[in-house]
Amino acid sequence: MRNLDQRSIDILAWLANIYAIPMRALFGVGSFRRDLTMQSNKKATLLTRRQFVAVGALGGVAAAVGCASGRQGHWDFLSDAQGHTLTAICDQIIPADDFPSASQAGVLTYIDNQLVRHFRRHQESYRDGLENAEAISRKRFGRELAALTAPQQLEVVSAIEQQHPDFFNLVRSHTLQGYYGSPRHGGNRNAVSWRMLGLDEPPLRGRAQYDLKKGTHS
Amino acid sequence: MKRVNAVIVGAGAGGGIVAKELATAGLSVVLLERGKWYTANDCRKDDLRNQGVTVLGCAFGPEDEGHPRVLVDAKGAAHTVVPSESGYQNVAACVGGGTLSWGAQAWRFMPQDFKMRSTYGAPAGSSLEDWPISYDDLEPFYEKAEYEIGVSGDYSGDPFHGPRKRDLPMPPLPPTKEFAILEPAARRLGLHPIHIAMARNSVPYNGRGPCMRCRWCNGFVCETDAKNGTQNTVIPVALNTGNCELRTECMAKEILTDNRGRARGVAYFDSNGNLQEQLADVVVVSASATESARLLLNSKNRLFPNGLGNRYDLVGRNLQGHQYTGATGYFDFDTYDDVGPGACIAICDYNHGTPGLPGGGMLDNEFIRLPINMVDRMPPGTPRWGLGHKQGMREWHKRTIGIHGPGQQIPTADARITLDPSARDKWGMPVVRTSGNVHPLTYEIGEVLAKRAEAWLKEAGAIHTTLSVNKRDVVSADSHQAGTCRMGDDPNGSVVNRYCQIHDVDNVFVIDSSVHVTNGGFNPALTIMAVAYYASAALVRNWKGTGFRS
Repeated sequence: MRNLDQRSIDILAWLANIYAIPMRALFGVGSFRRDLTMQSNKKATLLTRRQFVAVGALGGVAAAVGCASGRQGHWDFLSDAQGHTLTAICDQIIPADDFPSASQAGVLTYIDNQLVRHFRRHQESYRDGLENAEAISRKRFGRELAALTAPQQLEVVSAIEQQHPDFFNLVRSHTLQGYYGSPRHGGNRNAVSWRMLGLDEPPLRGRAQYDLKKGTHS
Repeated sequence: MKRVNAVIVGAGAGGGIVAKELATAGLSVVLLERGKWYTANDCRKDDLRNQGVTVLGCAFGPEDEGHPRVLVDAKGAAHTVVPSESGYQNVAACVGGGTLSWGAQAWRFMPQDFKMRSTYGAPAGSSLEDWPISYDDLEPFYEKAEYEIGVSGDYSGDPFHGPRKRDLPMPPLPPTKEFAILEPAARRLGLHPIHIAMARNSVPYNGRGPCMRCRWCNGFVCETDAKNGTQNTVIPVALNTGNCELRTECMAKEILTDNRGRARGVAYFDSNGNLQEQLADVVVVSASATESARLLLNSKNRLFPNGLGNRYDLVGRNLQGHQYTGATGYFDFDTYDDVGPGACIAICDYNHGTPGLPGGGMLDNEFIRLPINMVDRMPPGTPRWGLGHKQGMREWHKRTIGIHGPGQQIPTADARITLDPSARDKWGMPVVRTSGNVHPLTYEIGEVLAKRAEAWLKEAGAIHTTLSVNKRDVVSADSHQAGTCRMGDDPNGSVVNRYCQIHDVDNVFVIDSSVHVTNGGFNPALTIMAVAYYASAALVRNWKGTGFRS
């Protein structure tokens, strides 16, 4: 088990390297090695709901000190202000409950990374869309979206869905991709959504490989 | 560059088999492939970038950059599309072609699938036609494909397929939870459920182990190499003969002809972008229904001003795929067991015999659902986003079964591929332009199939169901694309003869799904393979040493 984990870590580190994804983007705050060790501990394979609430609370603290996205340092594409706006929108699309919100699961990292990679063609949509989102927020509540209460943010995001459906659908798709897709792209940190759905993580099947020489499953 | 007996363009389902058959018969072969050779070590289990979910690109080609196509919509407006977008009609670009990352359903067509016109008559406005060959002609070659590629499954409960001489070489994989739910429900409805025939090892076969039943199957390279395609079966055999050279990342530009109108080889861009010529006695085009048609159309010269084999403006016409429709059922108990490949049970009761409709399609349960595949598949009334959506994912992901099937598309001459007048790929060549649509009866077939899928789910205990009718106003040929170089006995009404030989040019063959006259109500790969074995056998039979003479 220990050897396997070491192998997984090496593979993930290599993948992160070739995709130029920062380690912390893949593994969240803290040492990725420790995170994986935690995963490998059978009893801790699924975080309890209580632990997730704690994670959520930590996220709240992080927001209070100015990294609401859970992302530290510079963005690849977004400005800080755009990052805050997008965080608010994504966290309405997937809010926190017993399980992390979109931003807590790294969705912002996913979208920001891809905006200079496969989503380059959407850069303009994001620039315009986020500007429109702020305009709606200021018009309704006189403040920037990130500073509103959750019910106010929900109202603004609903208005964005009504008034700018193309932009909203784009962000919705990207948010769902980041949250439910592969952790390798920066979202779905620690496969949190897969654990939420009750899927084995790491997957159990795929470890049970048939050994041709022995004629059994190893 | 040394002249060879045969140059084959495309190392997919068709080309891989032709390479093996010709090389083992002693012909010297060059196999050109525009993509790379991926192996089991390239399995990345990436839910966002594979060949099924392409939001971050197509994992097994082509890349989005430099490979545009043009799609003309029902209103006549032209749109540039890239490979990862819907409407591109992509299969793959790699050694093995679609059979590298496929779900690996390896069906035989039914006898009626080769006799659509004589069974049903041709609906007005359609180009429905019989194949010049029959199920009986192909039966030995289906068997050869099943044994050389390696197919598991069990047809024994199916009274609809044509006679077969041998059982499949491997038993089906053990049943999943969905199988256990759906099988008795189908029987209660009087249907005939069977284990899907799959080009996937259920037991050790051909020197490779069996399926480990993971979640990352359809759209992915198999991590344990238990999924069979031409890249891990016939192509290695071809290379082992010493008679076949595989050149990857080589893009064919045109078929070269001499001043008597016979082909003398292929011009292609090598992996460095340099233009090369490979001279050969025989040229085999196996580049997929879209790209094979494009290569013929791009091979223009004084003798063939409209492209090779296109004297009667037939190359590129009758583009078709499958009309995928079905239903999703939601249950009040867990249906999901996280055991791949997921798709396992099918019925062929509705492929033929629906009153008033020409054909139908097989119905099967879907490949195992990745979470990302679930986000837009919630039961009616579930919010599209917000807490309600998140709760919906938790509630339904393990309690959902999808049943769908490849309904027959009824071809028309207007659903076609031409060359776009202005768009160019990264080599500067004119690209595929898709326009037109299949016959409207296609949609009726699809709707009937969807309702039957829904009835099956309800019988199995679904508490909610939704229909997926997928009515597009442009042809959706996609990975099951076929029909663009129709096979026929009449040189005025078809592009190739029954041995896949172009009527006009006797040393050029088209051997892939392009030659399918109709595409059956089944995944087409095993039929591509059977036709490839059949055509290769004829080619070898007629081979007269150097210089091919028909």
